[in-house]
Amino acid sequence: MSKTSMDRRDVVVTGIGLVSCAGEGIAAHLEAFAAGRPKATDTKRFAPYPVHPAPPLLLDGQIPKKSDQRQMEAWQRLGVYAAGLALDSAGVKQDAAFKAAMHLVVACGGGERDTAVDGAILTGLRDAADPGAYLNEHLQNDLRPTLFLAQLSNLLAGNIAIVHGVTGASRTFMGEEASGVDALRNAQSRIASGQIDTMLVGGSYSAERPDVLVVHEMGGYLRKGDYRPVFEREGEGEAGFILGSTAAFLMLEAAETAAAREATIFARLLPVESDRPRREAGSVGRSLSTLWGEAASKPDLVISGATGVKEITAEERAALDVLVPGTPVTALGDLTGHSLEVTAPLGAALAAALISEGRAREITITTVGHRRGEGVIRLSALS
Amino acid sequence: MTNSSPPDSRKFRDIHGRPLVAVTGLGIVTSLGQGQVDNWAALTAGRSGIHSIARFSTDGLRTRIAGTVDFLDTDPLVAPALSQRFAEEAAEEAITQSGIGTKGNFPGALFIAVPPVEMEWPQRQSLAQASGQNGDITYSDLQRAASSGRFDAWHDLFIFATVADNIADRFGTKGSPISLSTACSSGATAIQLGVEAIRRGEMQAALCIGTDGSVNPESLIRFSLLSALSTQNDPPEGASKPFSKNRDGFVMGEGAAALVLENAEAARARGATILGYVLGCGEKGDGFHRTRSSPDGAPGIAAIRAALHDAGTEPDSIDTINAHGTSTPENDKMEALGCAAVFGERIRSLPISSNKSMIGHTLTAAGAIEAVISLLTVTHGRIPPTINYAVPDPALSLDVVTSARDARVSRVLSNSFGFGGQNTCLVLGDEPA
Repeated sequence: MSKTSMDRRDVVVTGIGLVSCAGEGIAAHLEAFAAGRPKATDTKRFAPYPVHPAPPLLLDGQIPKKSDQRQMEAWQRLGVYAAGLALDSAGVKQDAAFKAAMHLVVACGGGERDTAVDGAILTGLRDAADPGAYLNEHLQNDLRPTLFLAQLSNLLAGNIAIVHGVTGASRTFMGEEASGVDALRNAQSRIASGQIDTMLVGGSYSAERPDVLVVHEMGGYLRKGDYRPVFEREGEGEAGFILGSTAAFLMLEAAETAAAREATIFARLLPVESDRPRREAGSVGRSLSTLWGEAASKPDLVISGATGVKEITAEERAALDVLVPGTPVTALGDLTGHSLEVTAPLGAALAAALISEGRAREITITTVGHRRGEGVIRLSALS
Repeated sequence: MTNSSPPDSRKFRDIHGRPLVAVTGLGIVTSLGQGQVDNWAALTAGRSGIHSIARFSTDGLRTRIAGTVDFLDTDPLVAPALSQRFAEEAAEEAITQSGIGTKGNFPGALFIAVPPVEMEWPQRQSLAQASGQNGDITYSDLQRAASSGRFDAWHDLFIFATVADNIADRFGTKGSPISLSTACSSGATAIQLGVEAIRRGEMQAALCIGTDGSVNPESLIRFSLLSALSTQNDPPEGASKPFSKNRDGFVMGEGAAALVLENAEAARARGATILGYVLGCGEKGDGFHRTRSSPDGAPGIAAIRAALHDAGTEPDSIDTINAHGTSTPENDKMEALGCAAVFGERIRSLPISSNKSMIGHTLTAAGAIEAVISLLTVTHGRIPPTINYAVPDPALSLDVVTSARDARVSRVLSNSFGFGGQNTCLVLGDEPA
């Protein structure tokens, strides 16, 4: 498809909100980047699957009302918290009018099951004389009625609207890693083309939940045992990803409107490239190379969303060795674990922070979905 | 012959100077049937697709009715598979009508509103059984069963991107497909995303789909626990009664709709038949409450006004409103309030109708299904009725269409107001301004 012939404005990052096992905020994530390995790994709670847990958070700091906190489970709380951090970072948290006009794109899946209720129902179903009636009775009586609202994909955006007053409009994109890439792509495009001036973009993922572990164990995507660097999981039984509870949000703005309100500009986000060619041996390497070329990428460093899944991780490594020989590559899986929808927003936010700190002038983020989809995201210093 | 001169191109631009977005293909599946012909015949005859649920036991349930699509089936019968099936049928119809591209080669991107995806009870039970656990079952047992490798095919079934992936493969859409949700306005948002992409020149065509095949015990019970559903199970076809005094909640429905959107100039250039235009899209968030709207109706009003502004048109140009009209006490009141605020006194004589009276609330698909019906309304010059309007709500001063009404319809406002405060309105029409 063609690039628009319309004049394209510069799109800049003016706010960053980050929560992961590294901690909360920009400084904690820059520290994690420097350390190059995850700050926390929990191998016990969900054994045999390790996870990188969310840090303890003082929820009151970003979600003042206890009633709001109670309406949500971990996935939504993490996201609402990180969105609040981004608004603080952008200096607009107290500006009700600004937030009331602001649009939101959230990339995410869905919310946590009540695993205790599920287990009890499964146990009872085994011997139930009338399984259909049994299921109905227990779903009606044992589920808390508002749990559904804590599970609905679009209600992460809904809660951000309610708690933070971001009520321009929202869209929720679903679809694992690619949805995070496309959330950035869509927002960048809308702003660059002049359709909108400001957006809050990001996502949230909670790893500390047995239900998603079942889904990803089907297909054998989960790493078992302890943490090991993402690009060192080629050995027998080493492959797979370690899920990490993570939330990341960025404020994106047209450079001119950011300048007009004297906002702090972290970095520029260039047009995002993504595609979804059929997966087969070699396809990831080819796809990355093509997207890299389309992005005209020339980074000082690379942030990789590599998952540690066999073959595709090796293909990505090999492609990067050809595309950017000698350029440092840091895997997000070595900082926060794998966070699916949040991978791209996390990488972009971290890149923006690094550029703002003068650690690089240009950074490229790669996202190779564990099952499908590749993305290349480029950030650069504004001047 | 020279390239098109500015005056020619200007006629394909809207009032804001953006490329006009034409609709060249429509596809629809609902409980009333498959395809435009069967659906239009049923809708204009005031037939209901709501019936007692046969798909699973409704023993003990307060709500035992829905507008399920029973004539299309999948194995396994789970929401993502069923939603995909409906989407395929609708997309096939729309693309065939549009004549765009070639088979398996759609020259544009896919924007598809899909219902949230998760493992369902039959699969959970299979895993539990396979685990061999004879005591209390926990997710550790399910994980052990999963690690046997026997259920690996279910990984793709229960992640979010698969429906879009399969649709994109089958129809050959370009680039990375977008799967989206804005709750009950999702179908409209899919259309809006396509419109925006064409307007900024990113593509000349977009395949916009909304689909929902998620009537299963847990989905039904979740809405029931929020007191959102009608419990007037008998007769089923009488339960969905938008704008009525005795309305008591919505009825879940299923279905899908697909629209082929094109840059109007490109559509004309290839000789396509233009069925209508998406003239405007408006949206506004509501931060008041997770399931209730702001009491002042401001967000709904703002969404309607934004759609009209985007279309470069005034309230007076709207010939009929395709309502969100869910038949909940709350929505219908707020929607009437919002429409009255925008249209003023004229609201008393501006025909308004809710398709949900016949097909129920098709959730993720609703905004797209109702956009298709709105365009058929324009094409046929006939407004489908709101059935079950036996006891009008005196608090709402609306001109509710109660039997199919012939009218010159050039502009339709289609409303979608979603849970969690996502409001999206579309202005659809026959000719550009």
